[in-house]
Amino acid sequence: MLSLVLRRLGLLVPVLLGLSVLLFAWLRALPGDPARAMLGERATPAGIAAVNRLYGFDQPLWQQYFTYLGRMATGNFGNSTRTGQPVLSTFLERFPATVELALAALLVAICLGIPLGYFAARRNGSWLDHLAVGGSLLGVVVPVFFLAFLLKWLFALELGWLPTTGRQNPRIDATHITNLYVLDGLMTREWDAAWDAVLHLVLPAMALGAIPLAIVVRITRASVLDVLNEDHVRTAEAKGLLRGTVSRRHVLRNAMLPVSTTLGLQAGALLAGAVLTETVFAFNGIGEYLFQAVNQLDYPVLQGFILAIAVIYAVVNLLVDISYGLLDPRVRVS
Amino acid sequence: MTAATTVTAATAEPGQEQPPGRVSGTGRARASWDRLRRDPAAWVGAAIVTAFVVVAVAAPLIAPYEPAGSQWIRQITPSDVPGPSEEHLLGLDSFGSDLFTQLVYGARQSLVIGVVSTLLGLLAGTVLGVLSGGIGGWVDTAVMRVVDIMLSVPALLLAVSVAAMVGRSSTSVMVAIAVAQVPIFARLLRASLLSQRGQDYVLALRSLGLRERRIVVSHMLPNSLGPLLVQATLVLATAVIEVAALSFLGLGDPDPAVAEWGRMLVKAQERLQNDPQLALWPGVCIAVTALGFTLLGESLRQALDPRARR
Amino acid sequence: MSAAADARRAGALPVPPGESLLSVRDLRVQFVRRGAAPVTAVDGVSFDVGAGEILGLVGESGCGKSVTSLAVMGLLPRRSSRVSGEVRFAGRDLLTLPQQQLRDLRGRELGMVFQDPMTSLNPVLTLGTQVTEVLRRHEGMGRREARERAADLLRGVGIPDPARRLGEYPHQLSGGMRQRALIAIALACRPRLLIADEPTTALDVTIQAQVLDLLQQLVRESGTAMVLITHDLGVVAGLCDRVDVLYAGRVVESANRRDLFAAPRHRYTQGLLGSVPRTDANGKVPLTPIPGSVRDMLPWADGCAFLPRCHRGDDACRTAGIDLEPRAGADAASTPPHRARCVHPAGLDDAPGPAGAQPAGAHAVARPDGAEVRP
Repeated sequence: MLSLVLRRLGLLVPVLLGLSVLLFAWLRALPGDPARAMLGERATPAGIAAVNRLYGFDQPLWQQYFTYLGRMATGNFGNSTRTGQPVLSTFLERFPATVELALAALLVAICLGIPLGYFAARRNGSWLDHLAVGGSLLGVVVPVFFLAFLLKWLFALELGWLPTTGRQNPRIDATHITNLYVLDGLMTREWDAAWDAVLHLVLPAMALGAIPLAIVVRITRASVLDVLNEDHVRTAEAKGLLRGTVSRRHVLRNAMLPVSTTLGLQAGALLAGAVLTETVFAFNGIGEYLFQAVNQLDYPVLQGFILAIAVIYAVVNLLVDISYGLLDPRVRVS
Repeated sequence: MTAATTVTAATAEPGQEQPPGRVSGTGRARASWDRLRRDPAAWVGAAIVTAFVVVAVAAPLIAPYEPAGSQWIRQITPSDVPGPSEEHLLGLDSFGSDLFTQLVYGARQSLVIGVVSTLLGLLAGTVLGVLSGGIGGWVDTAVMRVVDIMLSVPALLLAVSVAAMVGRSSTSVMVAIAVAQVPIFARLLRASLLSQRGQDYVLALRSLGLRERRIVVSHMLPNSLGPLLVQATLVLATAVIEVAALSFLGLGDPDPAVAEWGRMLVKAQERLQNDPQLALWPGVCIAVTALGFTLLGESLRQALDPRARR
Repeated sequence: MSAAADARRAGALPVPPGESLLSVRDLRVQFVRRGAAPVTAVDGVSFDVGAGEILGLVGESGCGKSVTSLAVMGLLPRRSSRVSGEVRFAGRDLLTLPQQQLRDLRGRELGMVFQDPMTSLNPVLTLGTQVTEVLRRHEGMGRREARERAADLLRGVGIPDPARRLGEYPHQLSGGMRQRALIAIALACRPRLLIADEPTTALDVTIQAQVLDLLQQLVRESGTAMVLITHDLGVVAGLCDRVDVLYAGRVVESANRRDLFAAPRHRYTQGLLGSVPRTDANGKVPLTPIPGSVRDMLPWADGCAFLPRCHRGDDACRTAGIDLEPRAGADAASTPPHRARCVHPAGLDDAPGPAGAQPAGAHAVARPDGAEVRP
């Protein structure tokens, strides 16, 4: 088990090094010279010279790369050209919001997707099955931001049931510890704050969760269909086990293996979808900040965020691999 | 990234089983074709895709007005955009152009960007896949590391970085989407080539003294065309959505009035309260087009390999 | 024997007098698929098994023997299969029994061992879980008690170091060990009927004999009735009291083991015996394989399904109502009667068959134990 983790970590190193080379090359390949690009429209000859000195753009390339690598390793991603804030602190400040949103979306996908996929497979060919398959097809082809629009328009603007934007009503004087607002509310027993944060989460989580939901439904369904055809399920039935025992212990448990891998692969789609969803709902996470950075061509932010997201993405996939090992003894033992 | 590529978990019914025994090459093609013809999903998908292509190609004939003309800009007020009328089937857009015309020309934009980017991605992915699966050894290792790195960034963010680097234009959107697709095709082709490596017919060709390059290019590659075609169709669905997503993020053509579904959605955001139809129509267009390519791709996949359920 | 078996468990339903423990009457199974004509896999099969008795169901793959066993257990997919006829177990018709009551019987009174031990155990659960769950379900045992019993059971089927094995996963065991574990599971609650569907087919030859010995020993000790499904006449010769030969979904011959090997009546049975290579013939007796395959068959409505492959068949065989009945006075006299579904039964029909077919059947008598004849 430990060796599995170490081996996976070892594979991560070349990928991250390669990515850093690409990002470095990317920064250098920007149109015009990097200092001008970093300063944007505020570039003055004096400013450019200062930036060149500051970032060592006058040194040989390989030296610049190692300087750059050193800065990345120590978490120094530079400052935003738009706000002047350090990229890392902005990232850390906004990251919990995205985590909260992504978890809520995953919750939607898992809690709805697995039962739906399971029952669709169990009643293969029924109206429920057709509905699940058709619905999941729809979930996949409707663009995230369009779905976000629809939800916002219907539930927030037309019906007025849920808030349109933000993470929490600013009039609520909530204490923030982890910056996961729901968790904060629960920890400090500020129930109204927690509830308000939940209400703000509903629509973005539904929009962001749609694609993972669709995928979980389909993978669960296909996987359950496969498992139902396996001999060991017949053995379980021949033992006269109760229906629920067979379903839970012998069908679902086995069927979860491919689902857990797929969920890991969805981490990337979730982060990308978060950029779009957070933008529509003005949800102050990294996605919304990245959107602004794209529009202002805020290169230090773009580069820092992309590297950070790649690291998170890789770590999430590592965790998924490990959880796969926990679920499947064949992987664990070998 | 999204959806259409990762979800390949097929449609409702497992396909018809192939009769046991060996089936000749042409017999198999014929059987695939028969399966495809009997699949209603294939018909719906093909109909949508055909309609989409016809509208895109014949846009000037179908659209009643000039695109992006802002001819009726004076009818637009901050709080109101005229809805459907006799002259304007779906009303106006927020720039004072005919909404229907904009949608029709938007199809053109989506088709061009989608097809070009998918072709680019397919080409680059094929080259990488052939290098990796056809040559093997250190070349394989090196190529797969590069692909790993590309996969370590979510596709949309990869596209964002590329678009940010190349600048805002339709070209950068195409390149960006193509880059995001390269790993998909490279991995698919590599896997397909590797699985053929050990097959008897390859050994037979080798024992005939055929050069390795010849075997890969004229025998193994053609055998992988089916899966590549299926994937390309599915990727086109993703491409249409991604074109919209990139425009939504502000990375498309800098001219805001240009007819593009994603951008139309962005502009609609400001008027969501009073004129939701501005968001509805482009959104429906994107979804239906993506649906068409997805249905077609998945029925193709099932027709080619009836046992594949995922 | 029957009384002893019944006495084992308080509350077990008694077998009505004059009835066998398991009595299958006119069992018919059809598979239906949307857009395709229904396929009849089992076409009116009847047989009886009493307590302590071992019945062999023999036939080539595709003859309906596995489907028969699944139908008895109620394990066929309900949506795609139509089952009719009667399966009486201890006086109750299993086919009309409510699902929940059938579940109560399966694993407790009805045990089943499957063909492929590699796939018949759940790969992600420990052996312990898979053995104890059946004890906990039917015997109401606690976790600890069930675990102790499970270890005893594994020891009973010859698995060494059972306490450690309980914590292991199926992929850590060899095929033979897995089949032993499956037998332990099937026998955990001391069922009154055990169905073994090709229990040795997937195993190495050396392991096959061990597993068969184990089955025989366990069945004889406990007075369990057993239905053994196999295509291997060697297994039948070594184990079974009575044999039903299936072809194309019907019983074509039914006899005591000795009668069947001594004087096979149906041409198919004769062919099966002729296809077995023998180690005691010094290569003098050529093999006489049955030409064609199970797919070359006639619908029973048009005559004998075996006709296209039969060397003796003629136009007289093209008739719908060939019954399963004794074909000679001696056959009728044995208990139970030796019955065959054949117009030109072997040994009673003067027309000479090709050389080899006749001696093959006759020769089999000489073998005391069929285990030797297996390849």
